[in-house]
Amino acid sequence: MAADAKQVHLAKSLTHTAPLINCRFDPSGQYLFATAEDRAIIRWKLADGSKVIFKGHDSWVRGLAFSKDGKTLVTSGFDDTLIWWPMAADKPEPIRKATAHKGWIRAIAVSPDGALLASGGNDRVVKIWNMADGKPVAELIGHELDVYSVMFHPDGKHLLSGDLMGQIRQWDVAGAKEVRKFDAKDLHTYNSGQRVHFGGVRSLALTADRKQLIAGGLYKGTNPLGAVHEPIILRFEWDSQKVLKKHITTGVKGVIWRNVIHPDGFVMGCSGGSSGGYLIFWKAGEDKAFHKFKMQDTARGMDLHPDGIQVAATHWNRKVSLCRLEEKSNSKKK
Amino acid sequence: MKCDYACGSEDHLIARRQFLGGVATGAGAVLGGLGAFATPEAVAKMTKDQKRVIVVRMAGGLSQLESWDPKPGTDTGGPFRSIPTSVPGIRISELLPHTAKVMHHLALARGINTRNGDHGKGTYMMLTGRHRTPGQTHPELGAVVARGLDNDSLTLPGHIKVTSGGSGGRNNDAAYLGPKYASISLGGGKPPAYTERPKDVTEAAAKNQNQFRKQANDRFAQRRRTAETDAYVQSFEQAQELMRQRDVFDLSKESDKDRERYGKTQFGEHCLLARRLVEKGITYVQVTHSNYDTHNENFSFHFEQLGEFDAPFATLVADLAARGLLEHTLIVVLSEFGRTPRINKYYGRDHWGNAWSVCMGGAGIARGAVHGATNKNGTAVSDGQVDAGHLFHTYLRALGLNPRRNFKIGGQKIPLADPAFEPIKELLA
Repeated sequence: MAADAKQVHLAKSLTHTAPLINCRFDPSGQYLFATAEDRAIIRWKLADGSKVIFKGHDSWVRGLAFSKDGKTLVTSGFDDTLIWWPMAADKPEPIRKATAHKGWIRAIAVSPDGALLASGGNDRVVKIWNMADGKPVAELIGHELDVYSVMFHPDGKHLLSGDLMGQIRQWDVAGAKEVRKFDAKDLHTYNSGQRVHFGGVRSLALTADRKQLIAGGLYKGTNPLGAVHEPIILRFEWDSQKVLKKHITTGVKGVIWRNVIHPDGFVMGCSGGSSGGYLIFWKAGEDKAFHKFKMQDTARGMDLHPDGIQVAATHWNRKVSLCRLEEKSNSKKK
Repeated sequence: MKCDYACGSEDHLIARRQFLGGVATGAGAVLGGLGAFATPEAVAKMTKDQKRVIVVRMAGGLSQLESWDPKPGTDTGGPFRSIPTSVPGIRISELLPHTAKVMHHLALARGINTRNGDHGKGTYMMLTGRHRTPGQTHPELGAVVARGLDNDSLTLPGHIKVTSGGSGGRNNDAAYLGPKYASISLGGGKPPAYTERPKDVTEAAAKNQNQFRKQANDRFAQRRRTAETDAYVQSFEQAQELMRQRDVFDLSKESDKDRERYGKTQFGEHCLLARRLVEKGITYVQVTHSNYDTHNENFSFHFEQLGEFDAPFATLVADLAARGLLEHTLIVVLSEFGRTPRINKYYGRDHWGNAWSVCMGGAGIARGAVHGATNKNGTAVSDGQVDAGHLFHTYLRALGLNPRRNFKIGGQKIPLADPAFEPIKELLA
C-alpha cells in the first residue's frame, strides 16, 4: 500500500525519563532505537512497547547505524567513542569500543556492502573503519569546520560528508581522496554580531535513481543564539552539482535535523525549532512543501520504518512520536 | 552624580598613592588631601610593581556548566565531560584543556548568586559591584582602579576596553570619577580613533596650534578652573600622548612567533594586545569575547566559542607568569550572569544568575583556590554564596586598594565599593 503523506497522524507515543535526541528503526523493523540526554540508548520493541536500556557512553549519543545483517548496532557519542553492540541482546553489553575522534562524533554510516563504517566529528575529520573488527582504515582530511553528516553512495565507492560551513565533500573510498565538493553555502551563516558560525549540512540523502542529492539544514539564521531560523532542503543535480531546488516552507521556524527520501519519491524532513516540531513533505518539482504536520513537541531526530508507513520522531518532552503515513482508519485496524 | 571637584582643591591631584597602603586604615577614611608624596625611588619601584588588571568579559553570559563548574552525568550536565586541572581536586569542563594546565595560577568563585537575569543589569552589577538603583550611577571597575592605581608617570589612559567591533572612542563609564578615568575603546583591537595627524596638517602647524591652545587654557584656568575644564585639558594632553605613543597599540610590533602562539583569531590577537598594553603600563585592560547568549544550541556554540577562548587565554596567563607580571596583574574572567542548569528544548540554556562562577587569578589572589560550591546538579548554591559586591571588594583588596575608603566627590563621601559587602578572604593570597 502506498503511503499517503497528507494523512500523516500520530498513532502512538513512547516515553522515556529524559529528553530524547535521535532515533533509528532497526533494519528488520522490529525495534526502534532512541538516544537521550541521560546518555542512554533505548531499544523499544514495537510489538509490545517493552524497552531495554544500553549504557556505555560517557556523553550524549547522536549517531546510530546497523550492520548489513542487522545484528550489530553501532553508536557514536559526544565522548569521542564508537561502540559496537549486539542489537537484540536481552542485556546488551558493548562488543567493542573505539576512541575514534577528538570530540563529538555527530554522524556515522555503514557502507552498502556492510564492510565499512564512516564517522564524522567535531575534529573536522572523516574516518573509515572496518566494521567487522573496528580497526581504522582511512582518514579523510579537508573539512574546515565540524562534520555534521556522512553518507555512503549506493555504489559503495564514494562517501559524502557535510559540514558546518555548508560544504559537502565527495570522497573516493578506496583512494581516501576527495573527488569534488558540492557547495551548500545556503545552509551556513556567519553572524558577525554574535560572532558565530551556524547551520551546517545536518542531513544527506540520495534519490533512488542516484541523480539528485538532498541536503537539509537551515537558512534565514538572523539570530542563531536565539533560535531564529527556518528549515530548508537543497536539491542538487548529481552530475552537474547545480542546485535544482531550494525546498522551503512557510510558517515554520526550525532546522531540518534529518531528511529522508520516501520510496514513493517525495522528500520528508523533520524540523525542530521555536515554532515546534514538524514533519514536512516536498515533491521534486516544487519549491514549497505540499504538506506539513505539527507534532506534539519540537523534534530532534526522525526515521522512516522499512515499511514506508511508520515514522518515528524524538522530542525534548521525553517522548517519541510514532506517526503513520496513512489514513487514521487504516491505522486503527492495525 | 556629577564630577565637580572644585578648583583650588587638591582632589584632582589624588593619585594611587593615596589609595595604597591604606588597607590597615579603618572604614570611613577619606581620600584626598594627603600631603606626603613618595620619593623618586619609591615612584620607580611603584612603576615596576604597579598593579594592573586584565578583565575578560564573556559577553552574553558564559555557561558555568560548560566552563568552571561542570556537572557531567547529571540531568543538567549536558554532553561535555570534566577534566582534571593542574590543581589536584579541581575539575573544569573539557572545553578548556589549555586553561586546565594553568589552573594553578587561577582561582574560582563557584557560589555566585546575583539573582539577576538581565543583560544590562548584570553587566552593570558585575562591573560596578553594586545593584543598579534609580538615579545613581557608579564607576566601573576599570575607572575605580585607574583612579586608584594610575601612576603620575603614566601618560597613557589607564582604562582601555578592547572590543570585537565598533569604531572606538571614549566611553561614559567613570560616573562621578570624571572623564579622565572613563575607558577608551579599541574597536576591533585597532589603535584609538583619530590618533593620527591629518596629512594636510604639518607637524609645525600642529605644534603651533597646540601651543596656542595651551596658552589659552592656562589663562582660562587661572580664573575659572573646574573639573570639566581639567577634563578638556587632560583629554587634549592625553590625545597628544596617544599620537606620540601610537605604537603601544600596534600589534604588528609583536614578534611573528608570539602572534603565532596566540593564534590568528581576533580573540587571540586581543589577548596578545592585552599583554602588550599591561607591559606598556596600562592599568586596566578589558577584553570582550562574544558571544555566549546561547538560548539555542548552547553546546555547539560553547564548543565554538570556548574553543576560541581557551588556548589564547591560557597562553596569556602563562606568559604573564613567565615574565614576572602575573604577581602584579589581576586577571578576571567574568560574565553578566551564568546560564540555566535546565537545558531547554533547543539544546539551549537561558539566563541564570542564581548559581554561577567567576574565574580570577594573579595579583593578590590565592592561586588554586576555590570558594563556594553548587549542589549536585548546579541548581543552587550550596556553600559560600557571594554576590557581585563581594567580588568587587575582592578585586580591590587583591590590588592593594582599600574598598572601605571613600572618594570625596563634591564634598560627599562615596565608598569605593558597596559597604554592604566584604572581600572573599578565601580567595585572597
